[in-house]
Amino acid sequence: MATEQAGSADMTGYIQHHLQHAQLSVGEGVFMKINVDTLFFTVLSAVVFMFLFVLLARRATAGVPGKLQCAIEMVVLFVDGLVKETFHGTSKIVAPLMITIFCLVFLMNFMDLVPVDLLPWAWANVYAVAGHDPHHAYLRAVPTADLNTTLGMALCVFLLIQYVGISSKGLGKFFGEFLTAPFHADGAVGKVLLVIPNLLLRLIEEAVRPVSLSLRLFGNMYAGELIFILIAVMTLGAALGDFSTWPLGIGQFVAGFAWTAFHILIITLQAFIFMVLSLVYLSMAAESH
Amino acid sequence: MVPNITLVIQGLAFFAVVLLVMKFGWPHIIAAIEERQKKIEEGLNQAEKARKELADADARVADEIRKARAEATQIIEKANQQAAQIVDKARQDAIVEATKQKAIAAADIEAQAHKAREELRGKVAELAVAGAEKILRREIDANAHKALIDQLVTEI
Repeated sequence: MATEQAGSADMTGYIQHHLQHAQLSVGEGVFMKINVDTLFFTVLSAVVFMFLFVLLARRATAGVPGKLQCAIEMVVLFVDGLVKETFHGTSKIVAPLMITIFCLVFLMNFMDLVPVDLLPWAWANVYAVAGHDPHHAYLRAVPTADLNTTLGMALCVFLLIQYVGISSKGLGKFFGEFLTAPFHADGAVGKVLLVIPNLLLRLIEEAVRPVSLSLRLFGNMYAGELIFILIAVMTLGAALGDFSTWPLGIGQFVAGFAWTAFHILIITLQAFIFMVLSLVYLSMAAESH
Repeated sequence: MVPNITLVIQGLAFFAVVLLVMKFGWPHIIAAIEERQKKIEEGLNQAEKARKELADADARVADEIRKARAEATQIIEKANQQAAQIVDKARQDAIVEATKQKAIAAADIEAQAHKAREELRGKVAELAVAGAEKILRREIDANAHKALIDQLVTEI
């Protein structure tokens, strides 16, 4: 009984430890904290992305492309085709933005596939070498499993939606549509009556977009990470001498393998969904009702 | 945090996924990439070939045009020569014909003149005889003086 309790406490501690960000307090309160690990891996993803694309953009040849150029050309053409199909406005920012969103989100999601204990373990060792207590070495490697990242990106998309809406319709028409769409009326009385529902609906619509965009990605990645952690818990604190280690070890291997393989699909799909939804919102903003 | 069996199994699972991707995913990706490369290469080659063919065709056309022009010049020259020859011959013929006609006309005129002269001579003789007859009707016998008149006629 006592050992079981100790075991479950250990398990809870393990999970909590995994879900704790490496944070840096820059002020008073809960808000004034920086998730250093999220920032680090976001920047890392961005550097990888920029390195690949800038390197290739410089070395790009009009002749027969190399294999890496071919691969990136395929990604760019795919996204560009999608943008051309969906977005009919004049904004030049959309296609590059979509490529960036797709690649960056994919790279950030990709951190989920790295064995869930590997990076925290490496970090703990570095922390210990630096002379700190390794039990307080927190690290979460997946930036998109941090609501701050996804919400930040969704808010950027939200601002861009407003910008594209204003720049393609003009201020008057843009704010006019707050009051006259989606419900239309013919008479003056009807129009006045519909102002309130239109405005309410529009405000809710606008507010829901960044929330759904960010929560979808965050939820998927967080759940994925949590499942990786739960799979890891199978052999938590196991010793080679215990009999239960062997079936559980095999179970962990099979489950980890299956979930990792399946997760390849999820991370690609979520990156794609984030991109496509941003694209759809932007094209809706560019079109008149 | 100490590394334990969990981390090892995680690594193994990750490695297994890497193998899976290498075995079943990567070949498709690399095949698509290689196909694209091949397509681009073929397209570039074909474009180059088409460009060469076009240049060849252009050269051929220019050559043909030059040949045709030379031929045309030759034909025109020949035609000019022929025309000059024809004109020359016609002129010569005309001169010959004219000379001939002139000769014929001159002979004709000569003949006519001769004939007229003969006629005139005859007529004068007749007139002389008639005049003399009228004057000498009663005195001179025509027959008796015929020899004299004939002599007169020949003298005229």
